[in-house]
Amino acid sequence: MYRYDSFDTRFIAERVAQYRDQVRRRLAGQLTEEEFRPLRLMNGLYLQLHAYMLRIAIPYGTLSSRQLRQLGHIARTWDRGFGHFTTRQNIQFHWIKLEETPDILAALAEVEMHAIQTSGNSFRNTTTDPFAGAAIDEIEDPRPYCEIIRQWSTLHPEFSFLPRKFKIAVSGAANDRAAVRVHDIGLYLRRNAAGEVGFEVLVGGGLGRTPILAETIRDFIPKRDLLSYIEAILRIYNQYGRRDNLYKSRIKILVQSLGIARMRDEVEAEWTAMDHAALALPDEAIAEMAQFFPPPDPAPAPADDDGFGAALETEPGFARWVEQNTAPHKVRGHAIVTISLKEPGLTPGDCTAEQMDLVADLADRYGQGEIRVTHEQNLVLPQIRRVDLPSVWRALGAARLATANVALASNIIACPGLDYCGLANARSIPVAQRLAVALAPREREIGDLQIKISGCINACGHHHVGHIGLLGVDKNGEEFYQITLGGSADANAALGAIVGPAVKSEDVVHSVDTIVDVYLKLRTGGERFPETYRRVGNKPFKDALYAAH
Amino acid sequence: MPLIRNERFVMDTWRHLADDEGVPDAPRLSVSYVRWIEQRNALAMLPASLGVRLPNDVSPQKLAPDLGRLGLIVLTFPRFTDGRAYSQARLLRGRLGFAGELRAEGEVLRDQLLFMRRCGFDAFTVSERAVAEDWLAAFREFDVFYQPAEDREMPVLRRRLEAARRHFTVA
Repeated sequence: MYRYDSFDTRFIAERVAQYRDQVRRRLAGQLTEEEFRPLRLMNGLYLQLHAYMLRIAIPYGTLSSRQLRQLGHIARTWDRGFGHFTTRQNIQFHWIKLEETPDILAALAEVEMHAIQTSGNSFRNTTTDPFAGAAIDEIEDPRPYCEIIRQWSTLHPEFSFLPRKFKIAVSGAANDRAAVRVHDIGLYLRRNAAGEVGFEVLVGGGLGRTPILAETIRDFIPKRDLLSYIEAILRIYNQYGRRDNLYKSRIKILVQSLGIARMRDEVEAEWTAMDHAALALPDEAIAEMAQFFPPPDPAPAPADDDGFGAALETEPGFARWVEQNTAPHKVRGHAIVTISLKEPGLTPGDCTAEQMDLVADLADRYGQGEIRVTHEQNLVLPQIRRVDLPSVWRALGAARLATANVALASNIIACPGLDYCGLANARSIPVAQRLAVALAPREREIGDLQIKISGCINACGHHHVGHIGLLGVDKNGEEFYQITLGGSADANAALGAIVGPAVKSEDVVHSVDTIVDVYLKLRTGGERFPETYRRVGNKPFKDALYAAH
Repeated sequence: MPLIRNERFVMDTWRHLADDEGVPDAPRLSVSYVRWIEQRNALAMLPASLGVRLPNDVSPQKLAPDLGRLGLIVLTFPRFTDGRAYSQARLLRGRLGFAGELRAEGEVLRDQLLFMRRCGFDAFTVSERAVAEDWLAAFREFDVFYQPAEDREMPVLRRRLEAARRHFTVA
C-alpha cells in the first residue's frame, strides 16, 4: 500500500489546519453559508436532510487494517456506530456535526486519510478494480497509476473549479471490474505491438440524467505521458465545457456536442502545444511508486488441507460461500474473498463499527492487513490463503458478514435515497431491502443478476448499468420507479432501456419478480440476464409486466 | 476596492477606461477586450502603458501578437465557481510568456487566492474585508504542492526524485 512520506504528512496537516480555520470563520459569521458551501464541499461535507454527511476518500478503494479500525473509531465517536460504503469506493457518515468535522479530519490524518475532493466540481476519488494486484487476468497492477493520479489531482490549482465533477477510473485487467466506460476519463492498461505497456484513454462516459458510454480518444499513450495527456483533456474541458446548465456540464456533453473526432483534435492540439517535460513520469518515478504495491508473495500456499476439503464436504453454507464470494488469485493456493455488505433486509453498503473492527482483525490475521472497497458497496480481502477460508468464513458468519450472494440478485446496489439525501425522489433503501428479501430464496436458481437502484436521476445507484435498473421518480408526491432492463457495467458495457411506464413503490417487488419469471422461462443454456434480454428484446418483459393492469 | 499585488496591499495606479470614455493623459490605461480590438492601432500609439480586460470566454491566443505591448491583463471570475480564467492565466504565463501584471477580478475570495497565484496571477482585486480579515495569510497555508504550475514551486514528485538522486550521489 502507499505510505505517506514527509511531504504528504505535511500537506495533510496543512489541509486540516486550513479547514479548521474555515470552520472557525463560518461559525464566527465571517463566511456566509453560500461562501462556506464550496469550501466544505471540497472536504466532502454535505448538508443533507437531517444532518451533515461527511464523505471520506478511500483512494482507489484500498484500505489498511489500521485505517479501517480508525473508520470504526470515527463511526463510534462522531456518528451513530456505522458507516456507509459508496459506489465511488468511499465511505460516508450521515450523522455528523459541523463543529466536530475538523477533529474527524485530524483523526483521519493520523492514519493517512482525508476527505479532500470527495465532492465539489473537481476531481473525485480515482477508482479501480477491487481485485487489483491479486487478479489473475491483470496486465499490471493499476494502483501505482491511481496514486500518481491522486497526487497530481489533489488541490490542482487550475482544475478545482471545473464546470462539474470529474471522475477517473483505471483498470489493469481483461475483465473490467471498475465500470471504466461510465467515467469522465477511463483508462485501460494496454500492451502495444512493441510489447510496451501504456494506456488506452477513453473520455466522456457518465450516468446521471444523460447516460453515455465513454469513447476511445487515444488507443495508446505511454506511461511517461499519462499526466500530460490527462491535463490536456482537462484544459479543453475547463475552457469549453458548459457552465450555463448543471445538467449539461459534464464532459460527456462536450464530447457529444463536438463529436469524438473533433474532441480528439482539440486535445491532441493542446497536448502537442503544452510542456510535456514538466509533467513527464520518468521510469524511476513509476518504479518508486510501484514499490508501494509489491506483487503478492509468489510462493504458492498449500492448495487444500483436510480442514478446507472437509468444510466443503460437511458445510453446505461454506461451499456456497466459496462458490459465490471467492475469486481466483494470481498465486496458487490463494483466493480473493468478497465480504458481502448485503444481508437481505439490511441497508446495502452499511457496516457497523464492530464489523469494521472484525474485518480489520481478519485482514491482519489472514490477509496481510489489506482490505478493498468495491463499487458494488462490498468489502474485499484480496490476499487470503485457501487453507484459511473456513476460519475466515466462520468469523465473518458470526458478524453477519458471510452472506453468500456476490453477483446474485440480493447483492443490490442502492444509493442512500430519500432517507438521507435532499436530492432524492424516493426511498431506495426500503425498496432494496424488500427486493433482496423477496428474491434471496431463489437467487441461486436465478444466477448472476445485478439489480441497481437510484433514488433520483443523478444515478448514484448506477441504475442505467444494472441488468435490472430502478430509478425513483416522483409522481404527484408519490414514489414510483422506472424500470430499465439490459444494462451492464462490465467489458461489454451497455445502458439499460426503459421497459414501460413507472410502477408504484409497493409494486416494485412484484414487477421484478415478474421480470425474473420471464427471464427464467426464456433463457437458454448458460445465458445471463443481459444476454437473454438482448436476444428476446423488450416485448416479452413488457407484455408480462403490463398485461395484468 | 483593495488591490493585492505580490502579496501586499497596494494602490491601484491603473486607470480603467469604460468603453465610451475618452482617453485621458495617464501613464497606465486599461481597456476592455472589445475596445482593444476596435482601437488597437490608435491605442498602441499612446505613450502610456496599456492593459486589456479579457472576458473568460475569449482565448488568450487572441492577445498573443500584442503581449509585448501590454503591461497588464485583467482576467475575470464572474462567479468564484467559474474557473475558466485559471486556464487562461496558465496559458498566458506558461505558454505565451506574458511577463506583465496578471490581475484577477470579479468574485475573488480568500480561499481561491493560492490557486490563482499558482496559475500565474500576481495581482488580485478583492473586497474591503480582505484587509481586516488578513487574506494575505491565505498565500502561506500550504508549502507542499503536487503539480507543476506557473509559480516556481517544485512539485512533490520532483522533490522526491531530487532527494533520491542526492542520496544516490552522496552514497
